[in-house]
Amino acid sequence: MARMKFLCDADRCIDCNACVTACKNANEVPWGINRRRVVTINDGKPGERSVSMACMHCTDAPCAAVCPVDCFYTTADGVVLHSKDLCIGCGYCFYACPFGAPQYPRVGNFGSRGKMDKCTYCAGGPEGEDGSAAEFAKYGSNRLAEGKLPMCAEMCSTKSLLAGDSEVIAQIYRERVQKRGYGSGAWGWKTAYRETVDV
Amino acid sequence: MRIVLLAVLALWIGTSPGQAQPQNAPVSGFNPTASSVSEDQLLQALDRVTGRVSIPDKKSATLEQPAGRIWRDYHRSWLPWIGGVLVLGTLAALAVFYFVRGRIRLEGGRSGRTILRFTSFERFMHWLTAFSWLVLALSGLNVAYGRRLVLPLIGEDAFSRFSQLAKYSHNFVAFPFTLGIVLMFLVWLRHNIPDRTDVEWVRQGGGIIGHAHPPAGKFNAGQKAVFWIVVLGGAAVAVTGYLLLFPFYVTDIAGQQLAQVVHGVVALMMIAAMLGHIYIGTLGMEDAFDAMATGEVDLNWARAHHSLWVEEELARAARPPSGAAPAE
Ligand code: HEM
Repeated sequence: MARMKFLCDADRCIDCNACVTACKNANEVPWGINRRRVVTINDGKPGERSVSMACMHCTDAPCAAVCPVDCFYTTADGVVLHSKDLCIGCGYCFYACPFGAPQYPRVGNFGSRGKMDKCTYCAGGPEGEDGSAAEFAKYGSNRLAEGKLPMCAEMCSTKSLLAGDSEVIAQIYRERVQKRGYGSGAWGWKTAYRETVDV
Repeated sequence: MRIVLLAVLALWIGTSPGQAQPQNAPVSGFNPTASSVSEDQLLQALDRVTGRVSIPDKKSATLEQPAGRIWRDYHRSWLPWIGGVLVLGTLAALAVFYFVRGRIRLEGGRSGRTILRFTSFERFMHWLTAFSWLVLALSGLNVAYGRRLVLPLIGEDAFSRFSQLAKYSHNFVAFPFTLGIVLMFLVWLRHNIPDRTDVEWVRQGGGIIGHAHPPAGKFNAGQKAVFWIVVLGGAAVAVTGYLLLFPFYVTDIAGQQLAQVVHGVVALMMIAAMLGHIYIGTLGMEDAFDAMATGEVDLNWARAHHSLWVEEELARAARPPSGAAPAE
């Protein structure tokens, strides 16, 4: 079975935000919700780097561990998904998430949170049939069921953002680094998977 | 030659050990990674990686915060122990106390005459706080422990619906609770300033340990302690609670995590203290409950437990209602 991951090659990311736009469009996420974002570190200074970040679909995911209603599950492909029917919008997954992935629509009273929304690796959710309208409305597209990879990585103009089986994308990255002679590493991998890509 | 060596050395130092270090020399002859920011260095320096984002959501500028793992450990591993020791420990201690000491009886029986201990307003604010506290405590405990204790019993759908309801109760009932705390603070503050009688009361074990009845005013030292636990603990829980209720308005991710930890731990300490308070107000002491039920207590009870307060009240009642009061 594949183990799906993201890998952002920061030496290639040009902060164009095409991944963000592609994600919004593919999943029709509401205004104010960002399943993916691009963060620029040391903006405007020498050595700045941009990294595209969404849910990393962690191994032994912290969100799943702290959820008071146990609404998370991991698919056979290693994708971390959750049920919006069970979620109560308490916000705990955001405190535990190392990557700031969980998003909450602002609904109801106070600053209170609606049901959490996050990157599904374009793999839908537990609602209805794969690719059904009901699933799309709640969780967005299910490209994985169609044999396609997440839209963000597919649309990346510089192929900085890689998605796919862990072994495969790590190998692609390794070869790149070997060829061009440098690389700043797989951002977030140590935190998410407790491993890095050795080159 | 010296310059080239220095440059090589600088490049070598600039490359952190966490970065991928290929054997090949860069094709361009220039290694951009050597001078770029590195994840390992950033995490070592701050334990957090933050940058700039082009969306309005400022908290999304935090790229990585591995501290979430510590918070997770707190929530999954430490919190059950903290709560278990505090809450179950207190219950066990109270049970032992009950079997050893038994109910504190009113020695000498009732007089049949009563005296007003708490006005209807005092009772209102007490029960406002008490009932909203109970709702908050139960719904809060559900968030913290329900997944382990309740979920396996009723299944995920029912548990989720119940927890949703509990969350809304927790969020709304927070407001009457805060009002109750503020009212109690204002109305009872002057009776709860520690003074010399408290020292004596504590020295004599408060009549809880032993059978003495040390003199006390409207509130004895034990009750004063409860007052301050409720006021200070309530304030801490309310402040951190509102931070959680309005997330990221005031503080950042580290602040939110801290607020959540303080909220949970102080709430558990308060629950432990309140178990003692509830015990002594109902099961633990004969006739104590009357004071908060009808507001009237038997004169003998009042004399035994709050002698100084009774003297004060009787002296005031003996005084003419207004104007020229005779010398006492
Ligand atoms: C002004 C008062 C309060 C406010 C605004 C408040 C707010 C909150 C919020 C927003 C949460 C996060 C979970 C959720 O959304 O349901 C929470 C959790 C919690 N609250 Fe409160 N609360 C208040 C008072 C209390 C009191 C009086 C107690 C107990 C005596 C309490 C016990 C708890 C507990 C045990 C948790 C769960 C902690 C954890 O899971 O680690 N709260 N509170």
